[in-house]
Amino acid sequence: MTVTASASEPRPPLQRWLLVWAAALAAVLLVFLLQDSVPWAVDYPASAVVPVADWVSALMGWIKSNLSWLTRSITAVLGVPLDFALNLLAKNFKIGHGADAYILPRLSWVGVCAVAFLAGHVVGGRKLSLLVGGCFLYIALFGQWTSAMLTLALISIAVPFCIVTGLFAGIWAWRKPWAERLIVSPALDLMQTIPTFAYLIPMLLLFGNSPVSAMIATAIFATPPMVRATMLGLTRVPLEISEFSDMAGCTARQKLWRVLLPSARPTLMVGVNQVIMLALNMVIIASMIGAGGLGYDVLLALRALKVGEAMEAGLAIVALAIALDRLSQAIAHKQAKGHAHQAVSPSFWRRYPNLTLAIAILAATTLLGLFVPAFAAVPKAITFTTAPLWKAAVNWVTINFFDAIEAFRVALILNVLNPVRAFCEGFPWLGAVFLLGLAGYQLSGLRLAALVAALTAFCAITGLWEKTMATVYLCGISAFIACLIGIPIGLMAARSDRFEKIVTPIIDTLQVLPSFCFIIPVVMLFRVGDVTAMIATIAFAVVPAIRYTNHGIRQVPPALIEAAKVSGCTPRQTFFRVQLPLALPEIMLGVNQTILMALAMIIICAMVGTRDLGQEVFIALSKADSGRGIVAGLAIAFIGIVADRLFSAWTAKARARLG
Amino acid sequence: MTTELGSTQPGTNDRPVKLACRNVWKLFGANAASFIRERDGKASMADVSAAGLVGAVRAVDLEIRQGEIFIIMGLSGSGKSTLVRCMSRLVEPSHGKVEFEGKDLLKISDAALIELRRHRMGMVFQNFALLPHLNVLDNIAFPLSIQGQDRATREARAREVIELVGLRGREHFYPRELSGGQQQRVGIARSLATKPEIWFLDEPFSALDPLIRREMQDELMRLQTMLHKTIVFITHDFDEAIRLADRIAIMKDGEIIQIGTPEELVVNPATDYVAEFTRDVDRAKVISARSLMRACDGAEHGGTVSPDAKIASFSASIVSAGKPFAVVNGTGKPIGEVTPQAVIDLLAGIEHARAHA
Repeated sequence: MTVTASASEPRPPLQRWLLVWAAALAAVLLVFLLQDSVPWAVDYPASAVVPVADWVSALMGWIKSNLSWLTRSITAVLGVPLDFALNLLAKNFKIGHGADAYILPRLSWVGVCAVAFLAGHVVGGRKLSLLVGGCFLYIALFGQWTSAMLTLALISIAVPFCIVTGLFAGIWAWRKPWAERLIVSPALDLMQTIPTFAYLIPMLLLFGNSPVSAMIATAIFATPPMVRATMLGLTRVPLEISEFSDMAGCTARQKLWRVLLPSARPTLMVGVNQVIMLALNMVIIASMIGAGGLGYDVLLALRALKVGEAMEAGLAIVALAIALDRLSQAIAHKQAKGHAHQAVSPSFWRRYPNLTLAIAILAATTLLGLFVPAFAAVPKAITFTTAPLWKAAVNWVTINFFDAIEAFRVALILNVLNPVRAFCEGFPWLGAVFLLGLAGYQLSGLRLAALVAALTAFCAITGLWEKTMATVYLCGISAFIACLIGIPIGLMAARSDRFEKIVTPIIDTLQVLPSFCFIIPVVMLFRVGDVTAMIATIAFAVVPAIRYTNHGIRQVPPALIEAAKVSGCTPRQTFFRVQLPLALPEIMLGVNQTILMALAMIIICAMVGTRDLGQEVFIALSKADSGRGIVAGLAIAFIGIVADRLFSAWTAKARARLG
Repeated sequence: MTTELGSTQPGTNDRPVKLACRNVWKLFGANAASFIRERDGKASMADVSAAGLVGAVRAVDLEIRQGEIFIIMGLSGSGKSTLVRCMSRLVEPSHGKVEFEGKDLLKISDAALIELRRHRMGMVFQNFALLPHLNVLDNIAFPLSIQGQDRATREARAREVIELVGLRGREHFYPRELSGGQQQRVGIARSLATKPEIWFLDEPFSALDPLIRREMQDELMRLQTMLHKTIVFITHDFDEAIRLADRIAIMKDGEIIQIGTPEELVVNPATDYVAEFTRDVDRAKVISARSLMRACDGAEHGGTVSPDAKIASFSASIVSAGKPFAVVNGTGKPIGEVTPQAVIDLLAGIEHARAHA
């Protein structure tokens, strides 16, 4: 009796919501059917469009004309360390002008490769040494050295900048909860959901087409994970440690710098790793506003449809990404494991033998480079290129499989993409605002409902509704397919350790690759268009779906699984009735991440000819039309924020229910 | 040592009060401080919960005397950890006074508090709270280093306390390379490095295995015979409390139910709750001759014992002698006698009216 009573009790509210949803959907359908009489509810009337873009343009114009002294001095100040790094790694130092200029050489490639081997060996042993050193050697031998070093120089200046800014912002947010709630968290959300392209426009306008503006864009884009890592690390320091520092009589400053931050170091190092990877990703994209380097090579090659060259530069990016990621991860890991005791020696070179050795190698090889040209620049004779090979491969595939690929592409467009697109673009804007608001209300309450509805309405009243829905459609399909692929793989990985061992390195590598690199192979086969965008997006966005599913299933406490087994569950029952429900919030978090990543990628895919908000930003970038680009960028960010908030609210609700 | 007949609290009563709590309250919830201020520091448990507040520490009055081991004993959630944090002002009490040598701790400036903690207070934590990025030597020297002592001075002092807790040879190990017992030795050494006068130990041995725990308790007693600190020791383990305590305060639901020596708690439990704790205690090790003696009735004595001698220390000899032992005070004057039968009854667990008297 009691069981049935308690089981039937929570049902009425659920049924009430079902009714509400049925009514809401019917109302939207009605609006859609009656669109002749209420056209303003379906397509946002052009006459009522709020010219936000013009306002932003005017504002940016004012800033540009009145604050140019500021932007110029920022450029000059930031230019100093940046030029130093660029000269040191890639360009040589020139002292004086013209023919009698004296040239100090850049660091020798032999030395840099040797240091890469050494660094890998110190933090991770022989395997890592071979991997990291191998990646650098690969870059050198495939003739990408100068471009790669340009990219590396930009990163090496942007990353410390991000780390310091992120650290201080994180400390501030941690100290002042109001700052976290009102300023830092919303800013972080916006910074991480605004598409990378949209950053470039104001930078281009304010700082011109130069490495400095690329560096600033990179710094802005790559700082958020450091802020989050700092906040997380500081809150995670055990209470006892903070109490100890009080009892030892630390002042507030001593407590922070000598107790809390060092104790949070493992978490901070994870943040540093993410900063490095995001910086690499952004430096590649920022090649559009003058970053140069590998990204620029890819861009040039793609524009000229030289697939071979694009692929080569893309692979060099991959090599650089893998080397940087594994190296910084190994360092973070080493930090997390803690130190081992060793004798302390007073002299510098004894205390830091590896650092001393690295400096010695660099100095020696660079000096040698003055006399032996082979040390100064990678000799042409030992480099080789694979570009013709790639071109031949693509040609072979296109010749032999053109029909199959084309049939697949056309079928996909006709049967899947176009109908969904038509549905999305015809969807009444008022209906979308209403339905999303309703979902927000059900999941969290009035505040979320208002936020979601307002952000959705923004997309309509700025006159971008059709493009917004085009983005939603492509992003939605890609994320959906990515989940269809990713979740089952994650489930399999969770159930078999052997499978997980195979999957983990693959998704680790996929996650490391800058988004740019996904486009290259796909565009070779499918040329430009929505299908290319979709496939590249799926490949890019599938990782979190796999990772979170696997993690969600595996983090179910073993005691619960044992309890299920003891009560006689079959493996199947254990899986469906214990593991899956408990892992669902985590899986939904993965879906959420997948959507956000898909959104980011879809925008970059504007380069291969989609017709959505990304294209809008892309056009604005080429015309340096800041208002148009920023408004479109905000619209994209708002799509992301709406999706993120709804999913997070749902996850939080599910979590609360599971306790 | 006192020789008064009525006193059951030898030695500590005449020492100066080091730390005192006067009607200390800690309530959690909205407007907790004004709630208790308006009621002038008086509220029943029902009042507190009716106001939607949680009473972690309620109306605590106690005095800790110089050089004693004062144990606060209670089950988890009884408020003992909050109380010790109120005493060190890690937690700001909602109401009341905490007096350190007669001065109200709650009224002193932040700078004075830092000064006080740097030189006169030490604390040991349940989960050690060692800094993961420093080795043993640097961990122990850390409190000295933030005072601005130079490296040579602080390392010399750190080596002294390392010697004291028996960790020589581990100076350059990092915390994760040590066992739990060793880590807590580091925690103890670190808190002693500043030569504190009052020493807070917050369940210092609860995270350790029983065997190690016993070893550490002996270690603590050894240190205390050398150092004579004023110790406030938190535990949920009554056996541990009895082994170490000069006096014990028993807490329940944020209130102190009874304060007394282990013997007082065993002989005269204030409530059933206290009696429940003391039930399984080995009484012969807690009860002294004074509690068991009666007036001499003229029988021949088989020996003499001091009034503070625990029954366990002479039970074997009195039973084999078969005659009552005289209880004599410091001047050798008999003040009563203990009969073999009383000892046997005690050992056998037979309760007598005497025990409740």
